[in-house]
Amino acid sequence: MSGTDSRGARRPGSAPDGIEDALRELYDKKGAMKPRFQVDSGLTPEIISAISDEKGDPQWMREFRQESLAIYGETPPPDWGPPLEGLDMDRIVTYVRPDARMEARWEDVPDEIKDTFERLGIPEAERTGLAGVGAQYDSEVVYHSVKREVSELGVVYTDMDTALRGEYGGMVRRHFMKLLTPREHKFMALHGAVWSGGSFVYVPDGVEVAIPLQSYFRFNAAGAGQFEHTLIIVGKGASLHFIEGCSAPKYNVANLHAGCVELFVGEGARLRYSTIENWSKNMYNLNSKRAAVEKNGIIEWVSGSFGSHTGCLYPMSVLRGEGARMDYTGITFAGAGQTLDTGAQVIHAAKNTSSRISAKSISKGGGKSTFRGGITVNREASGCRVSVSCDSLMLDSRSRSDTVPVLDVRCDDVDIGYEAKIGRISEQAIYYLMSRGISEDDAKAMIVNGFAEPISKELPLEYAVEMNNLISLEMKGNT
Amino acid sequence: MKTPLLQIKDLSAAVGEKLILRGLCLTINAGETHVLMGQNGTGKSTLASAIMGSPAFDIISGEILFEGEDITGEPPDKRARRGIFLSFQNPEEVPGVTLENFLRTAKGAVTGEKPRLMQFKKDLRAEMERLGVAESYAGRELNVGFSGGEKKKAEILQLLTLAPKLAILDEPDSGLDVDAVKTVSEGIRRFRNEGNSLLIITHNAKLVRELKIDRVHVLENKRIGAEGGAELIDRIASGGFASVAGGLPRGDGR
Repeated sequence: MSGTDSRGARRPGSAPDGIEDALRELYDKKGAMKPRFQVDSGLTPEIISAISDEKGDPQWMREFRQESLAIYGETPPPDWGPPLEGLDMDRIVTYVRPDARMEARWEDVPDEIKDTFERLGIPEAERTGLAGVGAQYDSEVVYHSVKREVSELGVVYTDMDTALRGEYGGMVRRHFMKLLTPREHKFMALHGAVWSGGSFVYVPDGVEVAIPLQSYFRFNAAGAGQFEHTLIIVGKGASLHFIEGCSAPKYNVANLHAGCVELFVGEGARLRYSTIENWSKNMYNLNSKRAAVEKNGIIEWVSGSFGSHTGCLYPMSVLRGEGARMDYTGITFAGAGQTLDTGAQVIHAAKNTSSRISAKSISKGGGKSTFRGGITVNREASGCRVSVSCDSLMLDSRSRSDTVPVLDVRCDDVDIGYEAKIGRISEQAIYYLMSRGISEDDAKAMIVNGFAEPISKELPLEYAVEMNNLISLEMKGNT
Repeated sequence: MKTPLLQIKDLSAAVGEKLILRGLCLTINAGETHVLMGQNGTGKSTLASAIMGSPAFDIISGEILFEGEDITGEPPDKRARRGIFLSFQNPEEVPGVTLENFLRTAKGAVTGEKPRLMQFKKDLRAEMERLGVAESYAGRELNVGFSGGEKKKAEILQLLTLAPKLAILDEPDSGLDVDAVKTVSEGIRRFRNEGNSLLIITHNAKLVRELKIDRVHVLENKRIGAEGGAELIDRIASGGFASVAGGLPRGDGR
């Protein structure tokens, strides 16, 4: 089957019929940028070695980084997904060179982001921290208190660097980049070579963590990561809600984010992984996420993508135990100049597994949003159920919204439902709300927030409120 | 001394190439109740929409004054904040927005001050009870899955909550059963006081029977073709529109 790699993992965006010309064009352009990739061979074994020295990597990690670097060198850039020409690969060395600390000053943060902080009502003291330019602030305290609370339950919640060297080093080694290997794609190879920071969570069997853990605390404490690694292991019958990132915008000097998230959901366990992403609009967000779910385990993804210049986010769930479940609820808001390519992938690898994907996208001011639903049902996955629904809202005629279903079903006994709807914002509805005194901007924001409501109700209250604020802010823009 | 609240002067309106109103004149004074009648398709809803400022119609010429000020080019939200309200014949469904949130936002928009949550909830519940609307509707998505009757009652609920100076009710009774017509009619009476005005578009004499009608207008040939007092309603009810056409004084000397 085309588009299926050696591990049976479907690549997002395997060329559907009819867009081959467009892909060819893309490919030609990429060919033209090849020489620049050679220039970036400035990313040398010595630089990687220096990263290992600075981090005090154990020997196996030193070797892992070097192997990943070799793979990075020999792997071509991805030939799927949105164009990445604007990505300044020459600067990768600058991004990752350990002695070139990314010094950022509050004065250098773009006005647009400062404005957003202002309008979101975020206190002065927190702004520098949220922008990723501050060092440590109050959240460090919050982080430590959360850590104490959950550690009393036997939960390990720490940064990856600490986990790697500490008593859970063996566990990290057994799981690190096993779901997403450096051979997955070029940026995963890069990640394997230069990763730093991120969170490690281990929830022992049977432990239910009542409060959501938020990597946001960790990020700010350790400095925002470009190549952070998140590893979460949820034991048998345990449960956890993990919230990645932060809803406030982050400004980063570097414009590439290639994080990696690996989630292991044990038998009968439940993990909810929520993300509200609002990176600054110069960012290429190429985050890769994957979950492996054992018998009767449940993985739930809740995802909101608002920021970035270009985003490629397709979390994959591998349902490898009988009765495992996956639930994806996502929303994407692509404004002017943004190309947000999102989706969800699932591999049904065992009997009676089920998946439900509910995706919404909003595009405005010429923004492009693409949803890719990648469903693979293996031969042995009889009795599995799949339900996909995509709903797109375009706010003007310049914007674009696509849905790309990719279904690979190799089993007869399957129940699959797939529906996609694309629509324009209703002028009549805007008029109706305006006839009640609500301004045009507010009326549109209200309709769009209503459209997003099925997603926001899945979020913890403070994130739901912030998502509504973000939508209202995006709607107030002139473009 | 009567003060004009709404003055429509020589209004012509079109949808695309199609002229719907031509040189229409109509004045409603503060504290009056007017009824607008006319055969189907004569442009009654267009007139209501033109007063509200619907973007679906083009104003070709003429002007609309509200409290003496020209509002002809104003967007609907500004008109609503001045105190104009339109009860829609077929109100839009707005998924994901609850009736209560919508109403509280709207109330804040027209009064300039967002009402306090608890008091607002209490007032809203009381009004809903009077209209025979189940309490659970406050948390339901605006008009989504509402029956025809529920939509009409929700419009009246909005009318009572927003308390405008001028309410235009576009067939608030169409498709309603006898009991619902009674409830809507009572709601309209509760709204009406000396300080506000009504323009009711209806085919139903029963709806307006218990209201004191100041003036009845009949739309015909793209303008007001006939005008008179409340007795006009009964004449039309028994003799049809033909019984009043042409034989009565024309509106504003046209």
